[in-house]
Amino acid sequence: MILRRPFFWIILLIAAGFTYAPLHGNNVSLREDLILIAIAIILASNLNLMIGYTGYVNFGHIVFYGLGGYVGLYLTTVRAWNLVLSALVAGVVVSVCAFMFGLAILRLRGAYFALATIGILQAVQAFVSNFDPWGRSTGMYLSFNSYQSLGGARRALWITYFLIVAVMALSMIVSLVIKNSKFGLGLFAIREDEDAAVVLGVNATLYKAIIYSVSAFLPAVAGALMFFKNGMIDPSIAFEYMLSLEGIVMLMLGGQGSVIGAALGGTLYEKLRSYLLTSPVLSNFHLVIAGGLLLIVVLFAPGGLIGWAYRLVPSARKVIE
Amino acid sequence: MSGVLASMIDGVLVGAVYGLAAMGLSLIWGVMDVINLTHGAMIALGMFCMYLLFAATGINAYLLLLPTIGFGLVIGIVVYWMAVHWVVGRSMLMSLLSTFAVNMMIIGIGTAVWSTSPYNVNFVLTGITIGAYTFTGNHIAAAISAVVIALAMQFFLYRTRTGKAIRAVADNREAAELMGISTTAVLSIAFAIGIALACTSGALVATLFPFTILSGAVYQLKSFVVTILAGLGKPFGALVAGVLLGLLEGVVTPFIAVSWIPLIEFALFVVVLVAFPQGIFGKRATT
Repeated sequence: MILRRPFFWIILLIAAGFTYAPLHGNNVSLREDLILIAIAIILASNLNLMIGYTGYVNFGHIVFYGLGGYVGLYLTTVRAWNLVLSALVAGVVVSVCAFMFGLAILRLRGAYFALATIGILQAVQAFVSNFDPWGRSTGMYLSFNSYQSLGGARRALWITYFLIVAVMALSMIVSLVIKNSKFGLGLFAIREDEDAAVVLGVNATLYKAIIYSVSAFLPAVAGALMFFKNGMIDPSIAFEYMLSLEGIVMLMLGGQGSVIGAALGGTLYEKLRSYLLTSPVLSNFHLVIAGGLLLIVVLFAPGGLIGWAYRLVPSARKVIE
Repeated sequence: MSGVLASMIDGVLVGAVYGLAAMGLSLIWGVMDVINLTHGAMIALGMFCMYLLFAATGINAYLLLLPTIGFGLVIGIVVYWMAVHWVVGRSMLMSLLSTFAVNMMIIGIGTAVWSTSPYNVNFVLTGITIGAYTFTGNHIAAAISAVVIALAMQFFLYRTRTGKAIRAVADNREAAELMGISTTAVLSIAFAIGIALACTSGALVATLFPFTILSGAVYQLKSFVVTILAGLGKPFGALVAGVLLGLLEGVVTPFIAVSWIPLIEFALFVVVLVAFPQGIFGKRATT
């Protein structure tokens, strides 16, 4: 049972902290910081389902976030749907696309799949930049009326924030549930040795397509919420290649394969990034530093920070997953 | 109709350059089973190498290919010892991520130095005019250079001792080691040559189109498509497949907007991977 796992309650505590901290004293700047961290955690956690659990690199993970943002903004603005409903529909639409596509593309093994994900990013971006209903390369703007239905802009931003925190908690819970399920065991088997897993009766193509579509759902919902909050979207911010790359750095830094590792990496990297971007000397080199960090982790500590902590305190594995 | 024909010929000329780029990717992939994700960044470095050399000397840009090759070999050796040597033989995930990290660093430094604004190499050769259409001299010279380098590569791989050693290592690393071939040396040479090919193709592209530090990504995608089309470890096949891709682009560009091209290439990539996993010219199974 998931309720018996101590880590489940830790996740709820983290979410409660995220909810309470900015409310206390109506601290809007803290809220803006936390929202970026929450997005980082959502992206890193869901990427972890692919890289950490299944051993498949997805270089184009940001496609889900961007597409979710587009579908969400289209529904709230053009169709004037309610925010929660449009975010959910965006999640479902993107995940169904990912599943259909996954069934075709995930016949590809290992590296070929990784190459395909680089192509997906460029292809989807090319498609959206040419797609008339979504405003081609100029993108879409939110009509101000959409905020009215949530009780004005100020309240709408708070509501969006709480929804994003909920999605963050849900991302971690989904990771935890999958990690402790038979399905998760199948994924680990694919990661360790795909041929052996297939011989032992794991339907690898189906498993991979399912996890690919699961890893698409929550980022798409988060994208719909985040771009609703920002009020506008265009292809270059929706499919920001950098963010896709940084997601990988976050995950590897924290520790792939671990739920808290993804969250920790997301938090630390986001902090580091906001420090680098505001520093006058280092702001131009933040990509270099991120790349260097990734290289060091890959070469010297493939388990990331959490892998290192596990080695120091082996019993920590039982509580912190 | 003749407009389409002219566009096709132009596509074939540019396609030879794509083929050269893909050859570098295919060589590294085939020999050490590492997918080199620094490929795009190296193409971009080649572009800037050509730009700086041309700005400094002002001589015929195609003579500057020789120093570019030397530059590529040096960078290749550096990157091999920095990021690749330690992950050869480990899981594919690790080599993908480590080359990818180097890619981020190069792009990061490049963006800081040159920003992302466009540059171009202001060197023009007189073209050939047939009827109403002119084929620019640069396109012809770039295609000829690409073919010459590809032929030299073919000669090197099949006729020289080092080339044979590279092929032996690609076939079976343990057996090659037992025959007294130093695999580490061979791997580093092969990697350096792969990078030099990427840089050279970047330098050729720089003489054709304006470019930014991020342009490499576009040619990286094309290189993947071409490598998959050709099948691994077929350097000359890569050239032919590159020409095919260029031909395809030449056929479609008169009819649709250029911004759709990545989508078409990607569709081609998926279809070929699913339908011909060994490549169109490939025979042996690849894993």
